[in-house]
Amino acid sequence: MKKRIGASDSLLQLGVLVGALVLALLVGAGLIGLARANPITAYRAMFTGPVSGRYGITESLVKATPLLLIGLGIVISFRSGILNIGGEGQMIAGSLAGAAVALAFPSLPAALLLPLTMIAGILAGAVWGGIAGWLKARLSVNEILSTVMLNQIALQINLYLIRGPMIDPQEVAYGTGCPQTALLPRSIWLPRIIRGTRFHWGLVIAIAFAILVYIFLWRTTVGYRMRASGAGPHAARAAGIQVENYQILAMALAGGFAGLAGVVEVLGVHHRVLEGLSGGYGFSGIVVALFGRLHPLGCIPASILFGMLTLGADMMQRAVQIPAAIVMAIQGLVVLFVVGSDLLIQRPDLLRRRPTPAQTPAATGRSAGIAPGNGKEVNG
Amino acid sequence: MGGISGQGVIVGILATGIRLATPFLFASLGEMFSQRSGVFNLGLEGIMMMGAFAGFMTSLKTGSPWLGVLAAIGVGAILGLLMAFISVTMQAEQGISGIGLHMFCWGLSGLLFRVYLGFITSCKGFGPWNVPVLSSIPILGPILFQHNWMVYFALVLVPVSWFVLYRTTWGLKVRAVGTTPQAADTLGVDVNAIRYQCVILGGAMAGLAGAFLTVGQANMYADNITAGRGFIAVALVYFGRWSPVGILLGSLLFSMMNALQLWIQVLGISFPYEFAVILPYVMTIAALAVAVRRVWAPTALGKPFRREAG
Repeated sequence: MKKRIGASDSLLQLGVLVGALVLALLVGAGLIGLARANPITAYRAMFTGPVSGRYGITESLVKATPLLLIGLGIVISFRSGILNIGGEGQMIAGSLAGAAVALAFPSLPAALLLPLTMIAGILAGAVWGGIAGWLKARLSVNEILSTVMLNQIALQINLYLIRGPMIDPQEVAYGTGCPQTALLPRSIWLPRIIRGTRFHWGLVIAIAFAILVYIFLWRTTVGYRMRASGAGPHAARAAGIQVENYQILAMALAGGFAGLAGVVEVLGVHHRVLEGLSGGYGFSGIVVALFGRLHPLGCIPASILFGMLTLGADMMQRAVQIPAAIVMAIQGLVVLFVVGSDLLIQRPDLLRRRPTPAQTPAATGRSAGIAPGNGKEVNG
Repeated sequence: MGGISGQGVIVGILATGIRLATPFLFASLGEMFSQRSGVFNLGLEGIMMMGAFAGFMTSLKTGSPWLGVLAAIGVGAILGLLMAFISVTMQAEQGISGIGLHMFCWGLSGLLFRVYLGFITSCKGFGPWNVPVLSSIPILGPILFQHNWMVYFALVLVPVSWFVLYRTTWGLKVRAVGTTPQAADTLGVDVNAIRYQCVILGGAMAGLAGAFLTVGQANMYADNITAGRGFIAVALVYFGRWSPVGILLGSLLFSMMNALQLWIQVLGISFPYEFAVILPYVMTIAALAVAVRRVWAPTALGKPFRREAG
């Protein structure tokens, strides 16, 4: 499938990633200047905050947790040749289903309720992702568009539920009406790894899953078939692989991971569902997956890096009043630069501006380095 | 219904529907050219956000909504240029680069809004201009001829786009580049230049669509003012089978449903607000499920062009 990567190739890939990040940060500095602030002061707050002291480090890891889980799901879907933009909606679906189960059976023993809550979240996310997979496989509905729509739908269902049927009875009793659910039973809150911080066991769960996803994709038959479907759907079909079924499975798995991210965020951080819980994680998860070179283990450092960046932006906002929204703009640039530099990784000869014989058939035109086979799947 | 006649309600729904179709028409017709040339620009939503903001800020600072529209078109064109560079020159995977562009615009508009404004205020916008004579026709007048110029302009762009696409040399080149780029190249058409032009045009029109939301309709700006309209506009291109008339029908179908939903709220019919908001998104998925067949898609859509590979 994938050609063996030599040491110089890995170096080039790492160089491209670092280059993309540095370039994005440079443009970001320009944007900060546009926001009438000093980029150096702003970046100092942004980069020193997350690494100085217990608060910064643990909060970065708290933010890395959902990023890693969603990123893993996106790795599975991209590797299978399907673009999952629905992390937001799937995360919301997972958090709602998990909370609904936990709030419905508060008297169950924690040993039973905790796994039930997590499974409910995973299943809800899997269904939400699976819908898009099914629509693509059976009705050729473009999965990018359907997942974007499913995000909006999940967002509104979330608002409806936490304003209405699932609102915290106390909010109604006190007449404050803040849109959020009641606190989940304390017995199933994820324990904190370091006392006095919000750093919980979710990250350990996520890292364990990263290893499992690696084994699944590279050491099992199903994983192999999924990657084959992504790398070349026609060849895979010729080899008797039912590509469509694996695409549905890939979307369900991706949704399941996002759903788990939602439940873990509820059980580990907020202990309830509230507005804006997903907070752009679904999109940042794409950045993590790309930055991890679509490798589950690569996502671990990538998620920590972008967790730090996200926290750093929050701290910058507090310190020098530059809106944290800038981190989304920087991440968007990272995406653009990483996928934009794909050509340079595939065709380093272009850097040297020397004409070469044809390397790829005309019809392919895909960017194998980033998302195998996706170029073909756009117009469906 | 307290004083509103049944006929009045229907006229109201239809007139609102025509008005709400405007941003879809601008953005979808632009995206149609982009996709016809072979480039799938998913960054439309983000470009619309930036267009909406640029239009609003310019109108607020200069007092001229016309300058606002120009600024929005300019910003949209620049963002289209960025998308063209990434997807045509750098041959990046178009779905992901579109999402990257969307994230960039989303973050940037949020940043600029908070830095330069930070609160909700209103700017100068366009008032309605009643078409002489026609606007006084009963029923038809209020539905079609009592809007602002942007609404008329969007409707006029439908036949104009049709003419450009099917009856001009440039339109022929666009279609050739999107279906058989190798053949077009052999005949001396600069494939990538045409694609650049189309993506920039698409960006400019998405910017214009964004400006309609601020200076053409609400006269204010809020976070997430586009509310997924850019993505729906991309879906409408599929739904409209890459043709101006199909896009017009799709836009009207959507905006009429939206108008119906708004009027349901105006008339105080009890219905959870959130479900009314969900309606267009569910409809988009349903529309894609029933309407899309690959056959109608430009065959080179999503595929970067490499000359030496031919």
